[in-house]
Amino acid sequence: MKNIRIIPRLDIKGHDLVKGIHLEGLRVLGQPEQFAEYYYNTGADELIYMDVVASLYGRNSLIDIVKKTARKIFIPLTVGGGLRTLDDIKNVLRAGADKVSLNTMAIKNPEIVREASKRFGSSTILISIEAIKQPDGRCMAFTENAREFTGVEILSWAKKVEELGAGEILLTSVDREGTGSGYDVELTRAVAESVSIPVIANGGAGKLEDIKKVIKEGKADAVSLASVLHYDFIKNHLDAKNSSKDKNEGNVEFLKKGKISAKIETAGLPEIKSYLAGQGINCRN
Amino acid sequence: MPKKIKGKVVIIDYGMGNLFSVKLACEKVGMDALISNDKSEILKASALILPGVGAFGDAMETLEKSDLASAIKEFIDSGKPFLGICLGMQLLMTESEEFGIHKGLGIIKGRVVKFSSKKDKVPQVGWNKVSKLENGTNWEGTLLRGLSEKDYMYFVHSFYVLPASKDVILSETNYADLKYCSSLQDKNVFACQFHPEKSGEKGLMIYKNLNNLICQKKN
Repeated sequence: MKNIRIIPRLDIKGHDLVKGIHLEGLRVLGQPEQFAEYYYNTGADELIYMDVVASLYGRNSLIDIVKKTARKIFIPLTVGGGLRTLDDIKNVLRAGADKVSLNTMAIKNPEIVREASKRFGSSTILISIEAIKQPDGRCMAFTENAREFTGVEILSWAKKVEELGAGEILLTSVDREGTGSGYDVELTRAVAESVSIPVIANGGAGKLEDIKKVIKEGKADAVSLASVLHYDFIKNHLDAKNSSKDKNEGNVEFLKKGKISAKIETAGLPEIKSYLAGQGINCRN
Repeated sequence: MPKKIKGKVVIIDYGMGNLFSVKLACEKVGMDALISNDKSEILKASALILPGVGAFGDAMETLEKSDLASAIKEFIDSGKPFLGICLGMQLLMTESEEFGIHKGLGIIKGRVVKFSSKKDKVPQVGWNKVSKLENGTNWEGTLLRGLSEKDYMYFVHSFYVLPASKDVILSETNYADLKYCSSLQDKNVFACQFHPEKSGEKGLMIYKNLNNLICQKKN
């Protein structure tokens, strides 16, 4: 009996939790540790921390955040963004991460996936695939937050990383990411059916139905979501104005005004899980 | 929280898997934990934890080569609490069929076999329930004390253990069209297929129970 995992994804820039659209136009939402602890206490099955600018600037302030989080949160924590070498992986694991998410590093040098899986265990290595549909209909992998075209086709890349020993695939539809217009069900299903390792669907969740759809029709083994949860937390539990006081980096306009995109129907983890249970989908509750 | 006691919990470092989350879980419940591959530290430990992810054959080879296998056996003979997690559970068995037949530590009689299922994906990655056997062991007095059959634990594995005797099985879990042994206990040896350090507050109860057991031994 398979239980579907619900995984909050926290994008991090510097010390802030951020959220963008199509991985761009990042808004500052608050402190990642605070959100992470709340999700842990309300039933998150795992967490993903993604340093969304580390790859671009070569900086990695993530280690501090991971260290703080790992002392409070006892569910699997995946960390990604800017990891370049086996030593980078080791350092993140030593800070308390359980899994790492690799994209750029894996595409540039696929053999490193094999080495990392052997050294740290397959279940530790998650490959992040950022997919963008091309005008000719093909779906291609991108790196650097979808800024770099790689020329690698999604399905063959998914099969390749499985063969290299990766333990899971985090599949992001960049076209849908941050839009709230629903997961790319077709893409998810195509990948989920072509590999035997678990596929985590990411990008596009805007309402409860989207989650059901990508599990039932998209055959996702787990779903990752951000906006639906983050904005729910902000709306219900956080004094957004207070937390933006001492921010001077990034776009804090959102926090000052407190506006949420009309496309996102926010929900908390208990609500999501009880909805899914009502739809005949098993998850931990 | 129980008071700290002398004698560290030792987490065996044999180069397999992430030992840091095990250490953090120990510390969370008030245990002083040391990651080590030093035989004298292991024998001095108040409790010993054998974690691990990865391949059975490689793990056994490392344990044998570094003389850790004999240290583990000697520690277990002392009667002090031992906890095997995931691969650390499988290594206790007589043998494994992972990529050919490999001999295990032989502390628990039985084999390690692979899931085969058309319905469920292998490996199993995620949360699953633990349940008691019919007429099986009561969890009072074991490391599962305080847990109920509604509780979920976090699993990542393709292989599972088949103990020769049902008497050692503490809990079973449903996956890949079968009920398999998800935790076992034989005297001072406790082992679980799931990762208690990654199973939220319920998982931490196992670490709390281990700490209580150590405190009892000391008094």
